[in-house]
Amino acid sequence: MKTSLRLLLATLVPAAAALLSGCERPPIETVQTGYRGTAMEQIYNPRTLLKQASLNQAPVAPEAASADGPKAKDIYKNVQVLGDLSVAQFSRHMASITQWVAPDAGCAYCHNVANFAEDAKYTKVVARRMIQMTQRVNQDWKPHVAETGVTCYTCHRGNNIPANVWFAPKDRKYANNSVMGDLAGQNLASKSVGLTSLPFDPFTPYLKDALPIRVNGTQAMVLRGDAVNRSSTKQAEHTYGLMVHMSESLGVNCTYCHNTRNFASWEESRPQRVTAWYGIRMARDLNNDYMTPLTDTFPAHRLGPKGDVAKVNCTTCHQGAYKPLYGAAMAKDFPELQALAKP
Amino acid sequence: MAEYQNLFTSVQPVGPLHDGVALPRGDDKRLGTPFLVHLLGRIGNAQIGPIYLGTLGVASLLFGTLAFNIIGFNMLASVDWSPIELIRQLFWLALEPPPPAFGLSIPPLAQGGWWLIVGFMLTVSILLWWTRTYRRARQLGLGTHVAWAYAAAIWLFLVCGFFRPIMMGSWSEAVPFGVFPHLDWVSALSLRYGNLFYNPFHALSIVFLYGSVLLFAMHGATILAVSRYGGEREIEQIVDRGTASERAALFWRWTMGFNATMESIHRWAWWFAVLCPLVGGVGILLTGTVVDNWYLWSVKHHVVPTYPLVSPTVLDPAILGAKP
Repeated sequence: MKTSLRLLLATLVPAAAALLSGCERPPIETVQTGYRGTAMEQIYNPRTLLKQASLNQAPVAPEAASADGPKAKDIYKNVQVLGDLSVAQFSRHMASITQWVAPDAGCAYCHNVANFAEDAKYTKVVARRMIQMTQRVNQDWKPHVAETGVTCYTCHRGNNIPANVWFAPKDRKYANNSVMGDLAGQNLASKSVGLTSLPFDPFTPYLKDALPIRVNGTQAMVLRGDAVNRSSTKQAEHTYGLMVHMSESLGVNCTYCHNTRNFASWEESRPQRVTAWYGIRMARDLNNDYMTPLTDTFPAHRLGPKGDVAKVNCTTCHQGAYKPLYGAAMAKDFPELQALAKP
Repeated sequence: MAEYQNLFTSVQPVGPLHDGVALPRGDDKRLGTPFLVHLLGRIGNAQIGPIYLGTLGVASLLFGTLAFNIIGFNMLASVDWSPIELIRQLFWLALEPPPPAFGLSIPPLAQGGWWLIVGFMLTVSILLWWTRTYRRARQLGLGTHVAWAYAAAIWLFLVCGFFRPIMMGSWSEAVPFGVFPHLDWVSALSLRYGNLFYNPFHALSIVFLYGSVLLFAMHGATILAVSRYGGEREIEQIVDRGTASERAALFWRWTMGFNATMESIHRWAWWFAVLCPLVGGVGILLTGTVVDNWYLWSVKHHVVPTYPLVSPTVLDPAILGAKP
């Protein structure tokens, strides 16, 4: 008797310990965000949050430069987007962009240091377009970025290429000559959808193309004829994939935006859902108007497995924070990024 | 003398090995020479075998093995025939039903054709196995309660993979064969059809599921508790009523005023277990065929509580004419 009990304990205790090793240890903080009983709450691990917070610090802005003196476009050649800045402001901007995007390579990452005006390096052409993109976001996508705005640093964080971009996923090696093993765009352990088996590319249909995201009907019963809701369960899996991506990107759960008893209802949603709605449209706009047209500008080794350009999704800026850089109002120190430069 | 007084089997009765009762004429021979395994004796009967397989059993295993292997090879192909990836991602991999565009037509092998074949083979295998449980019970002179309980599970399996897809006009509505993928399918189905928690048949199914658990715990505990009086040896109780069974009944009559009988407790358990997939299947069958949004259905029938809105008014930007 005693031996069998000891044997049982000797098996159960290590097994339980092994199972629990995958869990986060308490305490976990819970923040209520909806009416009591609706289970709308955010769950935070303060230790993870501490680590996250240190990774999402905005750099200190350099002192503002004087607007006096000759303009950059009059002194330098081939200044197409920031020409209306004073030379001092222009230099400040160039110094900042170097720190944000190419702190190691320096000016030479984009410029031919023998002739700064030259457009020979593709990085310079891309950088110019990216400055315009930043201006576009701050000017036209206020419903998403509000007055906080964005700078190059919001995505780049000192990297030449933002750490989180997406490409169309590559096909299986034998996809074309095999009658077996159809993935149907899902069923792999994919980081893009939070390690679920949901469709691993929710970006192409929703953040590049504009396929319908909503799958819920507005009527209780199944209707006939044109009024029927034709969304399939598989479509719901794609929407679910996109939502998991958003949730992972922002470090929040479903109830950050939705009352999960009725996902579709706007009335019961939080205002954050409206911000997110604009965010989806913003990412789509940036991918189609700014990134995709740059495809031929990039050298082949910068393109994805299917030859497409790197594109943005929610993680590109958010990187695990509900607001990029936890809402640090960094853009206000760079007024030249606030509105599209006049051509 | 060793007694049953704890939660674990502490005695292991071992008798002479035997084949069991003689089978009626026309039945196959039982396979294998029986032998004893001490460790299994700790959780049940130590004697292993003989096994009765028969024609139905062989045919069922054949179809089942084929289906299992086709699923496995499709999973292996989906990770470019890498055995390591097969093991690493096993829980994520699946054999997926055809995309919605194919409706109920027969899709190419590479786009759900294998799924259709596997679905057929698995169904044949399961139905053959059901027939086997029915026949074996009859041949032993038993009732067919096990077969009908198993049929309740088959009902749910066929609703999810066959009846509902046909009523929906699309194989794509069916369940993928895979561990996590079939769970994701469950979530996606609930999300698409307005939250299955508001489906009353889902609620009933959960009642029977949790009810089964409760009944199982009550019954198991009661019998273990009277095993010190030989309560687990039913023949003795029937012949010599008294201590064990009477105490078990009294315990529940005293604690909750009512007691099941030695016979009725098993009917309670059987019905609770069987009704769980039975009503669940009804709920799934109505989903998308009759009801499109279970949450709104519940609103319509006044079973959804309203809560005060704590956020400022939120409006759908799409209907406000915002840029698409």
